[in-house]
Amino acid sequence: MSEYDVINTRAARVDASDKVRGRAVYVDDIKMPGMLYGALLQSPLAHGELLNIDTSAAERLPGVKSVVTYKEAGLVKYGVSPARYDETLFCHDKVRHVGDNIAAVAATDLDTALEAVSLIKVEYRELPAVFTVEEAMAEGAPALHAAYPRNITAEVHDEFGDVAAAFKKCDLIKTSSLVNKRQDAAFIEPQGCLASYDFSGNLTVYSSTQVPHYLQRIIAMVLGLPVGKVRVIKPYVGGGFGPKAGASHLELAACLLSMKTGKPVKMNFDRQQVFMHGRARHQFFHTMTTGVKKDGAIMALEHKCYLNGGAYSSFGIATVYYAGSLLGGPYKLPNMKYDGYRVFTNLPACGAQRGHGGVIARACWEQQLDMIAEELGMDPIELRLKNMMKAGDVTCNFLDMSSLGMKECVEAVRDRSGWKEKKGKLPPGKGIGMSCGFFVSGAGYPIYRSDTFHGTVIIKLTEDGGTALVYTASAEIGQGSDTTFAMIAAEAMGIPLECVRLESGDTDFGVDLGAYSSRQTLMTGLATKEAGEDIKRQVLEVLSEELHVPIEDMDIKKGFIVFRKEKPDFSALRTRYIKEHRGWTDNPGMDEELSFKEASRIAFLSRGSIVGKGKYKPPELGGTHKGAAVGTSPAYGCSAQVVELSVDEGTGKINIEKMTDAHDCGLAINRTSVEGQMNGSLSMGLGEALFEEVKFDDKGRVLNDDLAEYKITRALDMPAIEPIIIESKEPNGPFGAKEVGEGAIMPAIPAILNAVYDAIGVRIFELPMKPERVYMAIKEYRRKKEEALRSSEGKAPGGSAKK
Amino acid sequence: MKKLIRVTVNGVEYEVAVKPNQTLVDMIRYDLGLTGTKNGCGEGDCGACTVILDGTPVNSCLVLAMQADGRTITTIEGVEGKDGLHPLQQAFIEKGAIQCGFCTPGMVLSAKNLLDENPHPTEDEIREGISGNLCRCTGYLQIIDAVKSVSK
Repeated sequence: MSEYDVINTRAARVDASDKVRGRAVYVDDIKMPGMLYGALLQSPLAHGELLNIDTSAAERLPGVKSVVTYKEAGLVKYGVSPARYDETLFCHDKVRHVGDNIAAVAATDLDTALEAVSLIKVEYRELPAVFTVEEAMAEGAPALHAAYPRNITAEVHDEFGDVAAAFKKCDLIKTSSLVNKRQDAAFIEPQGCLASYDFSGNLTVYSSTQVPHYLQRIIAMVLGLPVGKVRVIKPYVGGGFGPKAGASHLELAACLLSMKTGKPVKMNFDRQQVFMHGRARHQFFHTMTTGVKKDGAIMALEHKCYLNGGAYSSFGIATVYYAGSLLGGPYKLPNMKYDGYRVFTNLPACGAQRGHGGVIARACWEQQLDMIAEELGMDPIELRLKNMMKAGDVTCNFLDMSSLGMKECVEAVRDRSGWKEKKGKLPPGKGIGMSCGFFVSGAGYPIYRSDTFHGTVIIKLTEDGGTALVYTASAEIGQGSDTTFAMIAAEAMGIPLECVRLESGDTDFGVDLGAYSSRQTLMTGLATKEAGEDIKRQVLEVLSEELHVPIEDMDIKKGFIVFRKEKPDFSALRTRYIKEHRGWTDNPGMDEELSFKEASRIAFLSRGSIVGKGKYKPPELGGTHKGAAVGTSPAYGCSAQVVELSVDEGTGKINIEKMTDAHDCGLAINRTSVEGQMNGSLSMGLGEALFEEVKFDDKGRVLNDDLAEYKITRALDMPAIEPIIIESKEPNGPFGAKEVGEGAIMPAIPAILNAVYDAIGVRIFELPMKPERVYMAIKEYRRKKEEALRSSEGKAPGGSAKK
Repeated sequence: MKKLIRVTVNGVEYEVAVKPNQTLVDMIRYDLGLTGTKNGCGEGDCGACTVILDGTPVNSCLVLAMQADGRTITTIEGVEGKDGLHPLQQAFIEKGAIQCGFCTPGMVLSAKNLLDENPHPTEDEIREGISGNLCRCTGYLQIIDAVKSVSK
């Protein structure tokens, strides 16, 4: 039996009733009187000098209300990290990728806006473009940004311990690599916004953003408005996964057009523009060398990585740090060296996507650990358990594992999947593989350098005492954060979930850094808990004054006052309450327990509005080296996974049959939501492992800019999943809770890679594992094996590739 | 030139003036104000705009509004009965089949159409029945569970 009344249950989501009826409002569902429609003019060239922009024909088109270019927008630079602000609202000197933004139009309807865009005449001088890391870093390559020689956005060179010295003491040193393909987050709702500038000088922006707070600041900075004049409201959002975690040209252009016209302006990306905007997972080229002792003890990791970043920095400077720092755990690793390069190319910018920076690094290393285990003759699970950190350990790069249910996760998936009965015993073509992973529960520092609180929450009781209004600027984007915070608030106040009404996603409600880095459950959760406890304290203070019972002898549980010692006579108080509600039909009987509703009405009569406040910012975390902030977090979620699959050796097609997945989320606030995040993460990881790849032609144009050719996981592709929740009770989290949203994807790709090897005896070092790639790998493997056999024995092998 | 069409949506007859190139999803969302139908891709790939047209689920972004003249449509707003939520909707809530909710209306309609035609589908038939509806959040399993729980 849980010690909690509201949390740690399977409560229905607070937004589900509206969503299942089609009643939930998303940004494109909003319309306003006099609303105009905006459209963007985007570059057809990957790299070109802008010689002239002629908007006169567009401006003459009937129905067009405003045409804006850099001349109207100005040249304030923005981006994600202030250290790498490298975008302007519109291009002014050159375009850097197909889809770069040149101008925007507002008109009375979308067709007119699009026609006007087609009437804008732009003269370019085409410049040579670079699309690959090699081209971009080559001597004499054209520079995308003058300030960044060799097109390097950022480079990282870190060494913790002494890798070279450690390698000398190792019994086995293994090198391998892994490359993935650029991803698209493929949220089902394309980005959209509606900006409305009023005649008092206030700008209200409805946006499908993950980060209302950062968007508010960037809009204010770029358009020269006081922050207090910009209000960002996030309605329901149809998925984010990373790319919606930054300000976009769409939002800034809509704001500018609304300011120019004095009318509300709606703008949406279509699906092609979602791909052209990009900002999802980078392409990573990892090479890793790991040294171990005979007994499997991991001694050192040397790691090099190049990231193809596209035309702007976006999150890239953080991504290149994460790609290194997140290998610090969950294994004891005394020595680690990392060299990372994030490189500009003439493609849409890459940014952050679920598991930011760490996913492909994790996949590369976890595959390598399996290779090492095999050479040592160890079971891969045994190797991992031997090296596993435990709660209280600190990584060589100063990440503090304040709780770590990693061992419990590994043991759970081992036992529940039947690992011991299956590993090494499956028939040819069938395989089993496993992997671990871990991730931050919120970035330890804000994106801009600041001592700001990462989250503030206000709870106000309604005057009748019956309802608690929770106000948070956090971002519900589908992950269930509204439900999580309503549950935390109810638990902290001691009232039923039905008595909580939560409003979120509005910058007028306070500061919240938003939905990224799996931060909200822990950070906004702690602020919510503090606000709830503040409410409870205030109500009990008034009760204490009225009833002369010490506060410490009272509590609130399930909506009623609990008197720990003798129950006082509260009949006078109740009579007052009932007198206030003459004619009401739900007044309490004289023999009932004293309710929270009565107590908080009395508190209102005594003190006026009862408002509880909560706030959270992490303590100082991490080391003092350059970039030490990236990877720090007040807590780390972790997970382990076993995948069972089959490979058709005739076609190379992989069929994932079962996933057994355990995730340590500290404490599950909502068990159904935790499992939902686990299942969703695995589905995304499966897609990345098997199909997903944004492809370009030789002019830098996206070839598969739709959801048919960019294939994501469908219902038919999903295997059965057994989700196992591990609860390690995180000391730094609200009621012990920490992340699940991103960490759960970490083991998915490497577990599949390891299972594929188990099935066919061939290692794959390039993603996605499409049938043709797997088939070619099998063929190549057989050819090499035959050659080897011919030279040794002179006879040809037959049957399966599996040893 | 706009043309007047007559269409029955969720049991209500509407007269709407539509442009020749206007899509059905556009008419449903912006002319009728039934914004429960979502537009995710505009090219028939994601299924978010699924509605039931004369008993058949269609991607309403691939149907011209004109083609709906004289026909009958059910959108998500028409699924709830007099006695409250359709059992399928209730199951979606209980089984955790909803996350961002953007695919939910189309998903519910595809699932409802499947159950209307085949009240006791196998798990494979359920997966097939919703395979035209993409969901990036849930990994589908809780959706499949929800459909299964109603079909028993």
